[in-house]
Amino acid sequence: MLGQESALRKRNSITKIHRKSMNNSILLKSFFAEVGSLSKFSGKFLSRFFIPPYEINELFKQCYVIGYKSLPLVGLTGFIMGLVLTMQLRPFMIDYGVESQLPAIVGIAIIREIGPVITSLIFAGKIGSSIGAELGSMKVTEQIDAMEVSGTNPFKYLVVSRVMAATLMLPVLAILSDAISLYGSYLGVNIKGDTNFNFFWIQVFDSLEFRDVLPAFIKTYFFGFAVGIIGCYKGYYSSKGTEGVGKSANSAVVVSSIMIFILDLLAVQITELLGFN
Amino acid sequence: MSEVNKNEYNHVSEETTVLEINHLYKSFGNNHVLIDFNLTLSKGQNIVVLGKSGSGKSVLIKCIIGLLKFDKGSIRIFSKEIRNLNATALDKIRAKVGFLFQSNALYDSMTVRENLEFPLRRHWIKLSQEKINEMVSQALTDVGLVHTIDMMPVELSGGMRKRIAIARTLILKPDIILYDEPTTGLDPITGREIINLMIEIKTKYNTASLIISHDMNCVKSASDLIIILLEGKCYATGNYQELKSNADPKVKQFFE
Ligand SMILES: Nc1ncnc2c1ncn2[C@@H]1O[C@H](COP(=O)(O)OP(=O)(O)OP(=O)(O)O)[C@@H](O)[C@H]1O
Ligand SMILES: [Mg+2]
Repeated sequence: MLGQESALRKRNSITKIHRKSMNNSILLKSFFAEVGSLSKFSGKFLSRFFIPPYEINELFKQCYVIGYKSLPLVGLTGFIMGLVLTMQLRPFMIDYGVESQLPAIVGIAIIREIGPVITSLIFAGKIGSSIGAELGSMKVTEQIDAMEVSGTNPFKYLVVSRVMAATLMLPVLAILSDAISLYGSYLGVNIKGDTNFNFFWIQVFDSLEFRDVLPAFIKTYFFGFAVGIIGCYKGYYSSKGTEGVGKSANSAVVVSSIMIFILDLLAVQITELLGFN
Repeated sequence: MSEVNKNEYNHVSEETTVLEINHLYKSFGNNHVLIDFNLTLSKGQNIVVLGKSGSGKSVLIKCIIGLLKFDKGSIRIFSKEIRNLNATALDKIRAKVGFLFQSNALYDSMTVRENLEFPLRRHWIKLSQEKINEMVSQALTDVGLVHTIDMMPVELSGGMRKRIAIARTLILKPDIILYDEPTTGLDPITGREIINLMIEIKTKYNTASLIISHDMNCVKSASDLIIILLEGKCYATGNYQELKSNADPKVKQFFE
């Protein structure tokens, strides 16, 4: 009796595990399907990119919307980041007796890593979601179809222009954010200590080298491209209904944020291989 | 319309058939939406397609305009088979075919003026700014909404939005207009106005129209011919009087 029961229980738990692994395999499958169709979408972008007509007007408009309008947010977060980082690091620097190195350390941290990545994450939150929601609602309300019957290739008009604008604007935003961050850091140094404005900048730039700046700058192009293409992909293939729009905006942010970290990891490996580190 | 345009489709006025559909078949996986659909539309004629919700009416006109690819059969617009056309040739045809979306599909981010200018600027026709302004105000006059020119679509009521969508459809003076449920979701009075507008447009510009509807008012007053779409086929064809007196229960259900 008892043996039977335990055998039954065992079988039940086996089917449970089996079902769980089935679920996992479905999840894994859908993950790869998603990666596949995202790559296909990127391929479509690249193939459309070179074929005229070029939507120059729309590109400029998107650069304004995506770049200029993100400036206040990116600037504010950059400023706070520089200030806080400096204030947090100061006690440790004092403990180790290297307080004078504070500007150099903060400068390297901001320029090499924190500036580009935090700016890109903020950018993903603001731009990724707005592209996802905008294209998603255009899809759901048939505006994309309406463009197609009005002699417009919606992929070129909507997707190519937005992805290009995001790719071009994020590096600019990252540089501005770096500068504002460093200014925040200067104020941070001055709260408890005392430094001269010129001397602060000399200290920052003395410790920086070309190989610190270049890879950090280049990787923001890839981050920008990722945010643009994922936002467009999620919006363009949004499922029907208002719920679909919300979902595409949401997953555009989640996926592009993760993508930024993955690309960052790749970037650090590549720069190391190339001897930049 | 520009001169180029006239010459390009000169044969339209000689041949009266503007749209011909033969044995159209379209399925989504196992969902066989259209099985064998046939239709011939002539200049100055209004055909109404009647069918239940989900019977494939929207799919039918999306196939005609080339938004959906059909599986079998043929669709000829101005005697050109559209199945194998490239993007440029298809755009040229689309410039002569107006499409009113079931959901209006007005561009939310643009004003009424920009909405109407969009097809004018985007199609292959090159027009001067004055000409564009003139065409926009003409189209708005036709639908009686000149004062909304600088408004955003969200500021308009449902009926007004439908009219703006019709104005956008009309602006290129199409030879064929495809209406997808033009009166659904409107109150009877506004619906009546839209129907009158459609009849007015037909007499003024001598267009051919394919109207999808299950609004009996619309069917009764706007149709020259009615086609009942049932199970993917043309179940019955005839004018309003003929179909109304038809004894077949499947036809009758539409006229109760
Ligand atoms: N893009 C699509 N992918 C898959 N199936 C579709 C697609 N579009 C329509 N269908 C299916 O085709 C069928 C017909 O849809 P359609 O929108 O043409 O109906 P309709 O006759 O216009 O209905 P309504 O009167 O409600 O607008 C439905 O079963 C729908 O599920
Ligand atoms: Mg429909």
